Amino acid sequence: MNPLTQLIEAALFSAARPLTVEELQTLEPDASLSDVRQSLDQLRERYDFNQHGIEVVELAGGFQIVSRAHFAAALERAQFTVRTPKLTGAAMETLAVIAYRQPVGRAEIEEIRGVNAAGVLRTLQERDLIEVVGRSDELGRPLLYGTTNLFLELLGLRELAELPRAEELTIALHPHVPEEPAEGEAAAYVESES
Amino acid sequence: MILTRFTETGPEPDHRLHLNQSGPPSTALGGDPGFVVQLDAYSGPLDLLMHLLREEQIDIADIPIARIADQFLGAIHQLGLNQAADYLDMAGRLLRLKAQMLLPRRLDDDTWEDPRHELVRRLLEYQQIREIVTWMERAVERRASQYARGYLPPPPVLPPPPLTLDLIEMLSAVERVIAAIPSPMFHRVVPRPLDVEGATVRLEALLAEKEEFGWLEALGPRPTITDVLSTFIALLELARRGRLNLVQPVPFAPMVIRRESTHPAD
Repeated sequence: MNPLTQLIEAALFSAARPLTVEELQTLEPDASLSDVRQSLDQLRERYDFNQHGIEVVELAGGFQIVSRAHFAAALERAQFTVRTPKLTGAAMETLAVIAYRQPVGRAEIEEIRGVNAAGVLRTLQERDLIEVVGRSDELGRPLLYGTTNLFLELLGLRELAELPRAEELTIALHPHVPEEPAEGEAAAYVESES
Repeated sequence: MILTRFTETGPEPDHRLHLNQSGPPSTALGGDPGFVVQLDAYSGPLDLLMHLLREEQIDIADIPIARIADQFLGAIHQLGLNQAADYLDMAGRLLRLKAQMLLPRRLDDDTWEDPRHELVRRLLEYQQIREIVTWMERAVERRASQYARGYLPPPPVLPPPPLTLDLIEMLSAVERVIAAIPSPMFHRVVPRPLDVEGATVRLEALLAEKEEFGWLEALGPRPTITDVLSTFIALLELARRGRLNLVQPVPFAPMVIRRESTHPAD
């Protein structure tokens, strides 16, 4: 392993959060971003080739050293690690709606889920999984929500694009077209109201 | 419960075949009125509705509204959800749909639009969300089994607990605050007039005499604190007028006073 790879290994080992390529580059000003990426690849291959109990994963836009998944049960049994409590179904549903429709307001979330979402939104905000990303131009200027980096980390995703795309799902969701929502929504509304 | 079960009164050709009014509302929910399912069992009215449709193996494109509305009402009654506004809202929508379906229409009426369309759209949309949730739960599970070193999920920031106190507590708190206020202290201000003018005269005399002199020299012998302050202010004032330069060669060194070359001593 070259010195840069060693340095990056030390950084990933000591940091408790995913580190981005840019952050890792600050370790060694002479190294380029592609040097850092190369070192990360080298480290990952080394862990895989030598069958280490840990691996380098890419998530939430950064890299992290984690224990391999198939040791989880043993680690938990020995109580070396504690599994984070699961989110409730309501929280997951709300996260799903926000992930796909962001930036999205509370009214739209409630319309899709059919339930009041105030409490869940507060909980998700407290857990830093969603954040307020702006305000809508609609009446009352309601807050708009989006997902955070911690959300990606929770799911072990590099980016939102890794979520299954609408056309990969068995049921096609009617596309959310921001350009002409008023017409379609209004028509649907009248239809159900008349 | 205000909402009472409708009985079929009008023709509903599409759904007559499915109707089974005498049977139990749903095999899944049972007929035992004493059985109350936890509210958490369903994440909302759409979830409950999907559950009913699945149980009855109903095609989502052709929902027998009358039957499903009745079952929904029965279910929320049994679930003890009568107070939950979200469920009652859906119950109301279903009953309105049911009424719309009962309205007579001509077979050749091309303008007729299926009032169930909006409900079907919402159900499909919701079903897709459920599908995404299943995918996300698998991702979370996978991720949760990989432990990072010393990884601690950030603790949730809890809002401060609501303040609860009664009048007596508040009044005693006010008393404690008042008791903690110290009695007012008076300062005697003793005037110590600075003699800036005298110091200026002395400095100008020194400037006329010497090109350069030190701070201690400017102060004169045995200066009082008033002398030091007066001299300092006079020095600053003369420097401002461009009569002299104040130089400190190195930090904390004594000040050197130099005559300004453009203003020769007069």
